[in-house]
Amino acid sequence: MDKRIEFKGGIGVSHAVADAPVRRGAGKRFRLDKPELLAPAGSLEKLKIAVHYGADAVYIGGQKYGLRSNADNFSIEEMREGVEFASRYGAKVFVATNIYAHQEDLPGLADYLRELEGAGIAAIIAADPAVIEVAQRVAPGLEVHLSTQQSAMNWQAVKFWKEEGLPRVVLARETSMEEIVEIKSKVDIELEAFIHGAMCSSVSGRCVLSNHFTDRDSNRGGCCQSCRWKYDLHQEGRSVMGPGDHPFTMGSKDLSMIRHIPDLIEAGVDSFKIEGRMKSVHYVASVVNAYRQAIDAYMADPDGYELRQEWIDEIGKAANRPLSTGFFYTVPGAAEHIYEPEEKPAPYDFAAVVTGYDEASGMAVVQQRSPFKPGMEVEFFGPGGRSFRQRLGDLFDEQGNRLDAARHPLQTIRIRTERPVVQWDLMRKKIL
Amino acid sequence: MNKAAELLIAAGSIGQMERYIEAGASAVLIGESRFGARLPGDIEAGEMREAIARAHAKGAKAYVSVNKLFRNAELPDLPGYLKLIADAGADAAVFGDPAVLLNAREAAPGLKLHWNAEMTGTNSAAAAFWGRKGAVRAVLARELNEAEIADIKRQTTLEVQVQAHGMTNIYYSQRNLLQSYMEHIGREAHIVDLGADRGRYLAEAERPEEKLPIFEDRNGTHVMSADDICLLEALPDLLAAGVDSFYIEPLLKPEAYNITVLSSYRSALDAWAANPEAYRFEERWLDDIRALQDPDRELSFGFLYKEQVY
Repeated sequence: MDKRIEFKGGIGVSHAVADAPVRRGAGKRFRLDKPELLAPAGSLEKLKIAVHYGADAVYIGGQKYGLRSNADNFSIEEMREGVEFASRYGAKVFVATNIYAHQEDLPGLADYLRELEGAGIAAIIAADPAVIEVAQRVAPGLEVHLSTQQSAMNWQAVKFWKEEGLPRVVLARETSMEEIVEIKSKVDIELEAFIHGAMCSSVSGRCVLSNHFTDRDSNRGGCCQSCRWKYDLHQEGRSVMGPGDHPFTMGSKDLSMIRHIPDLIEAGVDSFKIEGRMKSVHYVASVVNAYRQAIDAYMADPDGYELRQEWIDEIGKAANRPLSTGFFYTVPGAAEHIYEPEEKPAPYDFAAVVTGYDEASGMAVVQQRSPFKPGMEVEFFGPGGRSFRQRLGDLFDEQGNRLDAARHPLQTIRIRTERPVVQWDLMRKKIL
Repeated sequence: MNKAAELLIAAGSIGQMERYIEAGASAVLIGESRFGARLPGDIEAGEMREAIARAHAKGAKAYVSVNKLFRNAELPDLPGYLKLIADAGADAAVFGDPAVLLNAREAAPGLKLHWNAEMTGTNSAAAAFWGRKGAVRAVLARELNEAEIADIKRQTTLEVQVQAHGMTNIYYSQRNLLQSYMEHIGREAHIVDLGADRGRYLAEAERPEEKLPIFEDRNGTHVMSADDICLLEALPDLLAAGVDSFYIEPLLKPEAYNITVLSSYRSALDAWAANPEAYRFEERWLDDIRALQDPDRELSFGFLYKEQVY
């Protein structure tokens, strides 16, 4: 348990224990630990952005044993670099090794887990006991967190995994707030819950639609999102769809708990997990930015806490998907599913990442990610809700030549910013 | 191969259970939807003693399905139920949720346990893990191929059960997807009308010939495969690999169909048991099944000879 204490200390650095808020209700007042904000990082750059914007920990995929075989997964060398970067901010790096292994996946597992341990990875996220047991045996320096793929949704299942030596369980997405409170009261273990992002509408792990439709194994990262396809529901020999009716789908609206941060903290959720290793840099930055501010605001003053519209707006700038609260308050119904066209474009597009700033000249160096030109209105934003809008002045290339537009991906551009910026801040442009 | 392989089927009532045993089942899976997932009918706690006694009287084993994923509020019922089925003489309880393990240790320490985690039972190391926790049997995922099944059996000391026939569950949600959709398109829908016997299915635009049965019950929404697996012709290989139990999924099928399936598999298993060297597949075993097969549903080998990618 030593590790756990050290870990809690790690994430609480910025807030002294004496200032920790208390949990209300039932005449008892418990001290609340500050929850961890855990962000997805589909690439080294996303890892850096997530940490820069305030994630206490990030989870990534390696080149084996993870569930996002399409993601831009990390080599061991990139993991080392990610761990080194994160450690400068006091942040941890977890690796998802959450497949359900087949026989062919078992050889090599021990070596891989040892490599993760050697690279400084703090924890793996695993569902299959085959992975869990090997990790405990060969890589004792890795914490093992139970993946949501194991679908632990009751306190006795959580207790079982605690007795197996796991310091943390990622709860099934079906677990309600009330159930979390009960689990927390009955089992002394860290609880992690998804709080934002796309969701399986099935019980995680209990869907093999991809296997059936495309011979791609969803429990080994081959999911082709067949739940989001359109289906025609038939009964008594004919389609139930009338003129103008939407087709049937299993697709769920995304989860968003930004409006319910106090409930999550008071329920005792130790780690707030954002989904989305496949999501963009812009998405990761915006979502982490919003939740970081909400959590910090609540912890600083629980009684005076107020939800701020700008946090909700911040999330909305990077993604425009319909949102819901999943199973936290009630079993999702018709309003929590997506029957209509799913996604509208986000109102802002990621235009550049700041790579440097010269205070004396007020000039920023940025790397282009989508085209921009002088006169365009852009927004610079950084951690803590720091942001400002400005109209772009002259653009210069590295040699100091004036440009009529920044046309080339990854091109280095110098521009004057109206306020100071720092490396890893982002620049976005309004497109809608 | 010292002992005869088991032919197992789920049954929804005591009478049906007896008819299935007469047709050739050597073991039955029974229970109720409060504890078990996707059963063809409820044999409630009050009937359990009689059901198990009748199965035993006919020489068959009786396993009780306790393989749901449980919520906190459902946990208090587990110790009493496990004790009841143990006292009633159940030959094993089938579980997926580790909460059942914890309760069985306390309430029914003598009760044998079969591990069935549906699509997530995919390797021998996991089987060994659950074996160390008390399971004597691993029920394998349907999404494994023959080489994987054989290798798992080689690497484990547990009994191995595979599904040999019928539809498979390919998607399980705790959302009420049918009810939600009917509401969305403005139709009244009630849970009792959404059950397994209503002939509802999904068809995807690019695969209109694949009809995926869908139903909703107290545990959520279940989508089933468009084909029925039929491993009858593969039995010799699976028997040679040492598979201990062959499960027939009776869900959404007429009883007469299931009885025919049992008879065919019984004939094949008996022929193999009598003399594996002299075993010859008889086409009429399959023809009998084909004669009753829903023309919309293909008989297939499932994943037995497939390569999957990821």
